[in-house]
Amino acid sequence: MTQSILSLTDIHKAFGGVVAIDNFSLELFPGEIVALVGDNGAGKSTLIKIVSGVHKPTSGTIRLDGDETSFSDASGAREAGIEVVYQDLALADQQPVYMNMFLGRELTKRPFGLLDKRKMMDDTQELVDELDVRIPSARATIRDLSGGQRQGIAIARATHWASKLILLDEPTAALGVAETARVEELVHSLRERNIAILIVSHSLDQVFRLSNRICVLRRGQQIGVKETAKTDKNEIIAMITGLQT
Amino acid sequence: MSPTAIYRKYELQNYIVYLGFIAIFLFFAVTLHDAGFTSTRNLTNILLQTAPATILAIGLVFALSAGEIDLSFGSAVAVSALSAAVVMQVLPMPFAILAGLGAGLAVGAFNGLLVAWLRLPSFLVTLATLGLFAGIARTMTDLRSIPVTNDFFTGFFGSGKLLGVPSLVWWTIIGIAIGHVVYRHTRFGAHVLATGDNARAAQVSGIKVPRIRFMVLTICGGCAGLAGLLYAGRLQSATYTLGESDLMIVIAAVIVGGTALNGGKGSIIGALIGSLLMGMLNNGLILMGLQVSDQMIVRGLIILVAVAASLRDTTR
Repeated sequence: MTQSILSLTDIHKAFGGVVAIDNFSLELFPGEIVALVGDNGAGKSTLIKIVSGVHKPTSGTIRLDGDETSFSDASGAREAGIEVVYQDLALADQQPVYMNMFLGRELTKRPFGLLDKRKMMDDTQELVDELDVRIPSARATIRDLSGGQRQGIAIARATHWASKLILLDEPTAALGVAETARVEELVHSLRERNIAILIVSHSLDQVFRLSNRICVLRRGQQIGVKETAKTDKNEIIAMITGLQT
Repeated sequence: MSPTAIYRKYELQNYIVYLGFIAIFLFFAVTLHDAGFTSTRNLTNILLQTAPATILAIGLVFALSAGEIDLSFGSAVAVSALSAAVVMQVLPMPFAILAGLGAGLAVGAFNGLLVAWLRLPSFLVTLATLGLFAGIARTMTDLRSIPVTNDFFTGFFGSGKLLGVPSLVWWTIIGIAIGHVVYRHTRFGAHVLATGDNARAAQVSGIKVPRIRFMVLTICGGCAGLAGLLYAGRLQSATYTLGESDLMIVIAAVIVGGTALNGGKGSIIGALIGSLLMGMLNNGLILMGLQVSDQMIVRGLIILVAVAASLRDTTR
């Protein structure tokens, strides 16, 4: 079997006396999409925050490419090649697309260290063309774009910088039907880039369309991990709710 | 509204300061031709008089773009000018320059510390420090004016010329050039805009948001320090009232120049044109022979119209 990109072993996270995540273990492999499902308060967000370096696990180990790591903060995770796409779009609305693509990591040129806007625009154009994110231009202002185009930019940005893993937190929660389909297509195409994708979604239809495996959480407990092809919605719903159907 | 219509509107709004500038210039040029509005001497005068306000406007563009505001720069101007004038009486001149700039930077850094790390709103912090430093300016010299007699100082910051161009014009050009490059073409400028646009997005992108907030307010202080030196140089004296009347004019200049009140968008060049527009207005109203009280009323109304026109479609 190939080396896993991310491996979580016995992750435990408590806030004070409240256990948010208990004994969670999961391995992610290159080119695969794993969905994280569960009811509100099941611990999905906590888990995303642990993987993206925002929270530290109380106990348990995180391995990247087999090497044990711990992130001091979100920047540490980012430097390790992990990118997050937030559901409320961490984009600066009044800035052009290319500045958002390079937000916090702007390219500069010699000798004065001034911004290399030309290169940022060209790189952005190349990336959005490659991913087929349809926007008027790399110079367009974010707020003139549709919700789907914005999410496309957010995902393209994550794709540009992630060398290992992309976390998608409800990427289509705010989008219409056609836009959701467009974003799903985009996520699907990321498989070929040999990175792993962990997606949190409330839409089981979406989970079944996109994922290779489904991991179910309930009240901080890991209920199970199923191969998408070998399960069905009823089984997953039963696992999420704890009720037999 | 279609995206293209918004785009067009947006474009127009970016140019409104230039259109307003030309319109008011033409209006005064025609109506005040006999009063000498278009004479070289008068136009040069406008340029000289607006220099401190333009320098202050540069700082304010940075603060507003980062989603902060500085209301205290008027007091910082007075404290800086007085510090320079007092130090000049006892120490060699270069120390006076350092004292003036240092005093401005210190006021800015004080604001910045409170806003960036104590998380207090800049509006309230700088409203308080406006009063605080206005009081300090008054106690520094017991309300007395301090003469500034050093020839190099008054030439360098006031009446001097280099290559036939007055030093106040040089300061304006240098300030605008540096401000524009830093604002538009450096990572710092990009981080300022991102912070004012969406602080959370900036934060998760690894931008040190508190540091940006501290920096923009310190820049405002530094600009106030330089403006204080320019006032002291031009008037050849320093007094606690310097900068007192600049608050409304500088804010109006910056807003009319296309900088958003709530962050994320702005223009240094626009602020320069806005500042010149305010100076021209001031000058034209005086040449028209209006009483000071009437000038205030007319200027207030014109600023209201100008600000409304430039804000109309940013608030959607």
